[in-house]
Amino acid sequence: MNVFINGDAMVLPETINSVSLLLEHFHLEQKVVIVELNQHILDKSMHAETILTDGDRIEIVHFVGGG
Amino acid sequence: MSERYSRQMLFPPIGKEGQKKLREKHALIIGAGALGAANAETLTRAGVGKLTIADRDYVEWSNLQRQQLYCEEDAVRKVPKAIAAAKRLKAINSEVQIFPRIMDVGVQEMEELIEDVDLIIDSTDNFDIRFLINDISQKHRIPWIYGGCVGSYGLSYTILPGVTPCLNCLMDKLPLGGATCDTAGVIQPAIQMVAAHQSAEALKILAENLESLRATLISFDVWKNQFSSVNVSSLRNPQCLSCGTKPIYPFLDYRIQTKTSLLCGRDTVQIRPSALQDMDVAYLEKSLVSQGINVESNPYLLSFSINDARVVVFKDGRVLVHGVRDILQAKNLYHRFLG
Ligand SMILES: [Zn+2]
Repeated sequence: MNVFINGDAMVLPETINSVSLLLEHFHLEQKVVIVELNQHILDKSMHAETILTDGDRIEIVHFVGGG
Repeated sequence: MSERYSRQMLFPPIGKEGQKKLREKHALIIGAGALGAANAETLTRAGVGKLTIADRDYVEWSNLQRQQLYCEEDAVRKVPKAIAAAKRLKAINSEVQIFPRIMDVGVQEMEELIEDVDLIIDSTDNFDIRFLINDISQKHRIPWIYGGCVGSYGLSYTILPGVTPCLNCLMDKLPLGGATCDTAGVIQPAIQMVAAHQSAEALKILAENLESLRATLISFDVWKNQFSSVNVSSLRNPQCLSCGTKPIYPFLDYRIQTKTSLLCGRDTVQIRPSALQDMDVAYLEKSLVSQGINVESNPYLLSFSINDARVVVFKDGRVLVHGVRDILQAKNLYHRFLG
């Protein structure tokens, strides 16, 4: 599947078809994240059931504490 | 004055009026590490009226790669960061009133620090204190600017009480055991990028150019060449305990404040006595020396080594124990030498 993540074009393996799986793929499942899908912020409870489709534009922001 | 700030006043969104407003403002920077040093230098050069900078730590060699206000001598002499920062900032711009505070900022300290303050800039290294900043900001209607950075990645968001979502709206939980600057490292350009976003927003707020504020959560990776800007205004939660219609400011509850904490990225435990009071450092030094312990000291703190651990005692009673993995071991050393 072809998607854009934080502006970069990326090819995802077919098995990665939901937002939760995508976060796991990037090892972000334990992190506090905000996910925007096609300019719409997803509620956290919806990550598992939100299905990705070809051409999706996804922004993933994770919080870090350093400074 | 006009010569020093001429280029900034030629910039139309600031101008003479904005410069005057900047001069009337008081900014509070919590944390004098990498982000704190960068933000403080920018605001000092820009000519803010007053700048308070609060930090609990002292300068070490591993800071010098990115904490731009400090030099080798500060590390050798273990100068508290707030003091070393103030000295350098005064040399940069003597017109700015700099108020250094050597302290571990908790609820009580925060209530005292925010008096007369127009803006809080987060330059801390953990979320416990950020949620405290968030609640105090909501309670007193003072804007604050979040910044975080690890490795080559960073992010920032500007929180305006009554206008934007707050940190508690954006984060549904505290991140546990995430990467820190101690475990994943950090590079200076990522710090500078976060600080640039923070201090640009700070100038807009202090010069009262609020319509130019960014309003998005930005994140970037300067190594992977990614940048993202997300509109998060839909996350403002009317039920939020910090900024909703019935706020209770949960993080201002003194009972949840920890007395000991592991510091970001080092084998270090901080121990905070329940009532902070000035420690008689000179007396302690005498007593340690009489036990045959080699003590180093400066006007703000003293330090000594026991086996592999190093103990640093600040005048306000706080103690840092380096070279220990767990809190228990640190507490044992603390009670052995400091009662
Ligand atoms: Zn909120």
